[in-house]
Amino acid sequence: MKRVYVREEWCLGCHLCEYNCAFANSGLDDMVKALKGRDIRPRIHVEDGENDVHFAVSCRHCDEALCLKSCIAGAISKQNGVVCIDREKCVGCYTCVLVCPYGALRPGEDGPMEKCQLCLDSSAGEPACVRGCPNRAIVFEEKEGA
Amino acid sequence: MGYVIIGNSAAAIGCVEGIRAVNKTGGITLLSQERFHTYSRPLISYLLEGKTDLERMKYRPDSFYRDMGVDARLGVTVTAIRPQEHKVVCGTGEEIPYDKLLVATGSVPFVPAIQGLEEVERKFTFLSLEDAQALEAALTPESRVFILGAGLIGLKCAEGIAKRVKSVDIADLAPQVLPSILDQAAARRVQAHLERQGLRFHLGDTAVRFEPGRAFLKSGGTLDFDILVVAVGVRPNVSLVQEAGGQVGKGIVTDDTGLATLPDVYAAGDCCESADLATGEHRVLALLPNAYLQGECAGKNMAGSPARFDQAVAMNAMGLFGLHLITAGSCRGEALVQEDGGDYKAFFVEDGLLKGYILVGDCLENAGVYTALIREQTPLSTVDFSLLRQHPRFAAFSQERRREMFA
Amino acid sequence: MEWIYPEYEVVRNADRCIACRVCERQCANEVHRYDGDLKKMLADERKCVACHRCVALCPTQALKIVKSGHTFRENANWSGQAIQEVYRQATSGGVLLSSMGNPQRYPVYWDKLLLNASQVTNPPIDPLREPMETKTFLGKKPAAVQRDEKGNILPQLPPQLELSTPILFSAMSYGSISYNAHQSLAQAASALGIYYNTGEGGLHRDFYQYGPNTIVQVASGRFGVHKDYLSAGAAIEIKMGQGAKPGIGGHLPGAKIVGDVSRTRMIPAGTDAISPAPHHDIYSIEDLRQLVFSLKEATGYEKPVIVKIAAVHNVAAIASGIARSGADIIAIDGFRGGTGAAPTRIRDNVGIPIELALAAVDQRLREEGIRNEVSLVVGGSIRSSADLLKAVLLGADAVYIGTAALLALGCHLCRSCHSGKCNWGIATQRPDLVKRLNPELGAQRLVNLVTAWTHELKEMMGGMGINSIEAARGNRLMLRGVGLSDAELRVLGVKHAGE
Repeated sequence: MKRVYVREEWCLGCHLCEYNCAFANSGLDDMVKALKGRDIRPRIHVEDGENDVHFAVSCRHCDEALCLKSCIAGAISKQNGVVCIDREKCVGCYTCVLVCPYGALRPGEDGPMEKCQLCLDSSAGEPACVRGCPNRAIVFEEKEGA
Repeated sequence: MGYVIIGNSAAAIGCVEGIRAVNKTGGITLLSQERFHTYSRPLISYLLEGKTDLERMKYRPDSFYRDMGVDARLGVTVTAIRPQEHKVVCGTGEEIPYDKLLVATGSVPFVPAIQGLEEVERKFTFLSLEDAQALEAALTPESRVFILGAGLIGLKCAEGIAKRVKSVDIADLAPQVLPSILDQAAARRVQAHLERQGLRFHLGDTAVRFEPGRAFLKSGGTLDFDILVVAVGVRPNVSLVQEAGGQVGKGIVTDDTGLATLPDVYAAGDCCESADLATGEHRVLALLPNAYLQGECAGKNMAGSPARFDQAVAMNAMGLFGLHLITAGSCRGEALVQEDGGDYKAFFVEDGLLKGYILVGDCLENAGVYTALIREQTPLSTVDFSLLRQHPRFAAFSQERRREMFA
Repeated sequence: MEWIYPEYEVVRNADRCIACRVCERQCANEVHRYDGDLKKMLADERKCVACHRCVALCPTQALKIVKSGHTFRENANWSGQAIQEVYRQATSGGVLLSSMGNPQRYPVYWDKLLLNASQVTNPPIDPLREPMETKTFLGKKPAAVQRDEKGNILPQLPPQLELSTPILFSAMSYGSISYNAHQSLAQAASALGIYYNTGEGGLHRDFYQYGPNTIVQVASGRFGVHKDYLSAGAAIEIKMGQGAKPGIGGHLPGAKIVGDVSRTRMIPAGTDAISPAPHHDIYSIEDLRQLVFSLKEATGYEKPVIVKIAAVHNVAAIASGIARSGADIIAIDGFRGGTGAAPTRIRDNVGIPIELALAAVDQRLREEGIRNEVSLVVGGSIRSSADLLKAVLLGADAVYIGTAALLALGCHLCRSCHSGKCNWGIATQRPDLVKRLNPELGAQRLVNLVTAWTHELKEMMGGMGINSIEAARGNRLMLRGVGLSDAELRVLGVKHAGE
């Protein structure tokens, strides 16, 4: 299955992926309209470490997804390999935050948790973070054994 | 191959999904005492609070049993297991044969013997959907509710009903709220927050005697109430296995494949005990994530694919009136505490390993990074733990480790 | 007195700016910053070099860079530029430095030459339907076929470079450009079946694997030259001169001689890498011949030797000498060729246009009957496939592209290479900036560019009814001049349009 992988050696820490993600998931057709004056809540996060180390982290869509198995509401499911969350069912209990080793789930503005769904439900059609990365530091590809 | 599952909650569903991950065709019969489609027990407080409804609190979609090829027989009580004959006996007298059996009977509320409790008219427990529906039917805006127990169930119940009743009083013999998961300092914060919401606490105290509408407290006072909720704890439902000759400790004893001490009988979920990874102790970890994982593990083994569940960690995430907290592991070892405004973080370190942590407030982001340190028993010398304590960032890991995780 | 108004203004559309701060993070010149009190982005335009990194990465197209409207009291003689340069020199007392090619308004002869196309007779060829050959071999070609007593052909062809298309990437040293830029060029050359050139910076150990597509350079500083280096490449180029700065050497500041750059050049870290103006062992064609044969001897006569010179006044006579020195290929670099750093006055005033130099050299070598002794490669601002074809028609075997290759890698021609703060990760050694050029992307863009040019080249050749680059070479009848004087037409060897 195709997944999002990050290549730390090429990440510039520009944070564009976060903005592209937030826009793609806004459901709006204009980035300015979607993001201006807001605190964005992207589903991919860039960490800026020391010595110019930067890297993005987002959902790994684990084969054995702990979030899915731990969700008390049964709100997390796999659809064609993509770990998805049903906002209607989520009660915002944070159990997924408790178990996810990758920090992939965070609360949305209105309570339910949000996570990367590979842009299946957004306007981008393919992961917006991948498409917008200026240095191919985020890729969407099939990997052997993954 | 015929699989029989007793139970219809997280462990049972985990088992179904575990079996089907390996075996797509073997017959699965699921026997449930409750008549409901599988639902999430922890959501009953949210139901009373109006944050979910019967439809949304279904643990799996309506089509689940059909999609999974499960013969779900709801409203069927199992009265006995006959391990030699590989049969279970139902309340109707029907006998159902199995090749592999999962016992996921969960737990029942513990109701202590207190003088006069029998006579309390409107008393409830708070574990099942029926409990919640019964309680809801009794609630009025004028109700004065007395909850016995300031643990997870008692407090979530309080949150669920607080806006629908006149008052809520909570007593617990322990000197703090959430005694099983929080240290004192964290408990004080949570208690203060709950008191600001109007809850009244009687800690280090309990009811020693009841008269209709009145509780007499150990401390000497009295407390008038209309509705009583008993939430002092749960007891694992071990009787089927025990009576069939299976070994029972604090819960049903299983190995790390989920196999009980009876041939071809597996057990999972709140009815079982498991080895707590953080402490090594065997105890009942009545938590939904553990129940699912145990059930799934048992299911895979039942279907012939080896799996182990040896990473049982006590862990809880909960929100109470907007205040969120996450805990995992145990409070043993050296405590490293950080308080910052509204946030509280405590880490417990022993032998260079993280054994447990408590987070209260707006500091829960990426908490699973800490849980993974406990679960995987990562030596803290291999990470930048002082950075992690500030914020669970992946920069605290080596580049190689990050590559394994993300590249 | 020292205040000079910023050359560029940052125009930020406040309605569109979402304060994502990408511009701030990506500007090595520290132009942009976010003001927390005002909750908006501010700009210090004095530092802006108009490299457009911020413009390119702004996700909401909220930015543009414009030339500031500021004007001096200019006149036809004293341009703003001239006035400003006097101010700068009066302040610093120093030589002005510049990067990239000569930007002044000298004639660009490519733009005054037009291509022919077939009509009715000698019909055009459709390159999508019929084979079209762009393969080119560079090196000495024998004047006659040699046969043994039995009449068998003696295969004594001197060493050749085989190019899938008549394009090479110009010499740019590791040091003047980044590791990732070099890797991009090397990978692309390898994928395309063409060549890139190390420049005078040695060859990083990591790039020896691209040796079959590498031209190794030997220049006046001899930096990074050793036996393995000479053997690693497919050809060796002796650099006598460079179009951007004829008559002077090179100077890579010690600050850039760090780590692998120092190891690769084989000089101590932190020392200035000064290439002398002349080769101190070459004062005549005979001396040059000695070096040519030294290098051939060192590499077993298996590799062609290129001699690169700047296009200067007597270029035809010089080329004639080089052709007799034993060199296999002559590279001529015109005065618009780029550089990582050159004194402004040299860059802007020395040398001659490559078009005229090429025409003169080709003509002279033909007249002397030694055209087949050498191949001709020209550079110094080949901007498109049309320039490339015009060069071939004027007599070139192939062209060097430098600036165009850098543009493909992301260069925005801000001409600030000498600052070492290239925001595109090309002309810099700062690790955080070098990282901005992912060679996977860089190599792909170079491959795209050369592929596109090759397609266009075939289309234009087909239009002329020519199906092989060999048949186009030196075919000046396919060119006509427009707006050119008699002298210009005579040197170029082409007729005026309409003739």
